Amino acid sequence: MHIPDGYLSPQTAGGLWAMMIPVWYTAGYKVRKTLSARQAPLVAIAAAFSFVIMMFNLPLPGGTTGHAVGGTIIAIIIGPWAAVIAISVSLTIQALFFGDGGILALGANCFNIGFVLPVTGYYTYRLLSRGAADGSPRRWFAAGTGAYLGLNLAALITAVEFGLQGDLFKAADGSALYSPYGLSTAIPAMMIPHLAVAGVIEAVATSLIYVFLQRNNPSLLHSYDGIKAAATGRIQLKPLLIGMALLLVCVPLGLLATGSAWGEWGADEIQADVGYVPAGMDRYSGLWTGILPDYAFPAAEEADTGEEPAGAVSLEGVRESAPAYIISGVVGLALVSGIAWFSARLLTRRARKKEQLD
Amino acid sequence: MTEHAALPDWLTGDGRKRSRDWTTGDSRRQSAVAGTLLGLSRLVRDSVFSEKIAARPGLLQGLDPRIKLVGMLSLLVTVSLLRNWYLIVPLYGLTLVMAAASRISLKLYIRRVWLFVPIFAAIIVFPSLFNIVRPGDPLWVIWDFGHQVTLGPWSLGTTLAITSQGVKGAILLILRVVTSVSLGVLLALTTRWADLLKSLRVFYIPRVFVLVLSMTYRYIFLLLAMAEDIFTARTSRMVGPSSPREDRRFIASSMGTLLGKSHAFSEEVYGAMVSRGYNGEPVISHSFQARPADWFWLASVALAIALVIGGDRLLG
Repeated sequence: MHIPDGYLSPQTAGGLWAMMIPVWYTAGYKVRKTLSARQAPLVAIAAAFSFVIMMFNLPLPGGTTGHAVGGTIIAIIIGPWAAVIAISVSLTIQALFFGDGGILALGANCFNIGFVLPVTGYYTYRLLSRGAADGSPRRWFAAGTGAYLGLNLAALITAVEFGLQGDLFKAADGSALYSPYGLSTAIPAMMIPHLAVAGVIEAVATSLIYVFLQRNNPSLLHSYDGIKAAATGRIQLKPLLIGMALLLVCVPLGLLATGSAWGEWGADEIQADVGYVPAGMDRYSGLWTGILPDYAFPAAEEADTGEEPAGAVSLEGVRESAPAYIISGVVGLALVSGIAWFSARLLTRRARKKEQLD
Repeated sequence: MTEHAALPDWLTGDGRKRSRDWTTGDSRRQSAVAGTLLGLSRLVRDSVFSEKIAARPGLLQGLDPRIKLVGMLSLLVTVSLLRNWYLIVPLYGLTLVMAAASRISLKLYIRRVWLFVPIFAAIIVFPSLFNIVRPGDPLWVIWDFGHQVTLGPWSLGTTLAITSQGVKGAILLILRVVTSVSLGVLLALTTRWADLLKSLRVFYIPRVFVLVLSMTYRYIFLLLAMAEDIFTARTSRMVGPSSPREDRRFIASSMGTLLGKSHAFSEEVYGAMVSRGYNGEPVISHSFQARPADWFWLASVALAIALVIGGDRLLG
């Protein structure tokens, strides 16, 4: 399925490179998040494994032999995103050093073999093995089915890429510029052998490896669950962010409230409510005035003389104090977020360093 | 080849013939185990061979790998852009000249390029020569049926002919494939693998990727050695032929073993890296320095590209 150079138009090859860039970016981000510094050796050795496994000939009934890609089993063990990077790396080495697959066509090969195959295989496996016990046959069956579907979907996309060349890229006299066959020829030519032979090899190899690991190394089949659990065991940011956004939406409600928040009375309010100001409080009350006292600009406070009867909402007052109130809110929010982000960074960096030392 | 001397002979072609005779009863069919061993040995041999050529003095070996990479990739893109086959011919000639100037034996070079990929391309493209697969102006009528021939739902027309469009398309595809493969082979043969990977930084490929690529390249050989050990251990304990069913189980279990071993191994490597001060930010050191000769080579390549692209536009 490795496309050599010369079969694809530069438009197709370039387009697939462009499609792979966000995929690699996302995969890199996800892998960094789940594996941190551990990523490099794990991905590199998985890539080497993927390279070596492609060289293993598997005998099929009927006397033919073929090789497996192993994308699905790699995705099951190290996770789909790490598998995308590992297989892409292995394809890059094949293209650069061993002439297996083209250099310009590398984007296409990574898309088909390095992205479509492991992701399809992995999610099919997850879907079919949901709730199955560890040693159950449903699990290896799910892995084999995932491998079969992943390989065939990858082959189908490869066939479409080939077929577009024949249909779209022709010289003025109708002669083919790149791969000469259209979709109607390329798809059956590619799919029949893959559905009948290559997909079967992939499925048989994946299931047999899975069964072997179920018997001999069951913990390996759970290693990705462990990685994921470790990642989700950290603070989940999503619910936090949603909650904060909801609170932010509620902030303007403060404009409708009158008086001060409970417990945040100023000395003058206490004087009015209680009749006297505690001595200690009196001593300290003038010590600190905020940059934006009462969340309003000094000038706006002049206007807001508090002549309205207490408890009544004055629209006039809201309109006057709203801009100052909102700006105060934004400044405060920025300050709090900045400090929180900075301290979080300091803390996690220290934690990461500690983790590396461990 | 002297490269054989470095490898035990059971790993090379001669050993395979002997093992084939007894790993399966059927001598026509190569056993899967022996076939895999042969593939593994060929890969090691090829890469040892490449490193030897890359260490020789020569035109391409002397270039700054970054400039060589940029030049070779530009040539590759050019080959894929050209629409007239006779403009690809001079570019193929250029690869031959560069190979000769880099002291690569032309016989070996041509064999390495033509052996697999172009022959495969020729087989693939063969049916498209005929008018029944891809319509076109007949160049050579092989068979005039004299009437409309139908095969089930397909109408095959009244003649079987090779079309001029088919021939043109086939020549173009094969030349494109040959020249692209040649450029790739030249780049790989004349550059040490570590330098080639480091030069990828020219394209702003993140350091972590370059690190992963070079670690992968190294560990491929370690895993190959592990795989060879597993296969040799098994072969040496065998008496008589094994059935394909047994072979299948054995190969799948050795893949599983290898997977477990490499996974455990990556943890150890990680520990080793951390203990040497790795903190997730790799440092890549190189001492590449572009000299006037490198720029001169790049300028000549650019000139060649401009000439053929200009010619291609002129010819339409």
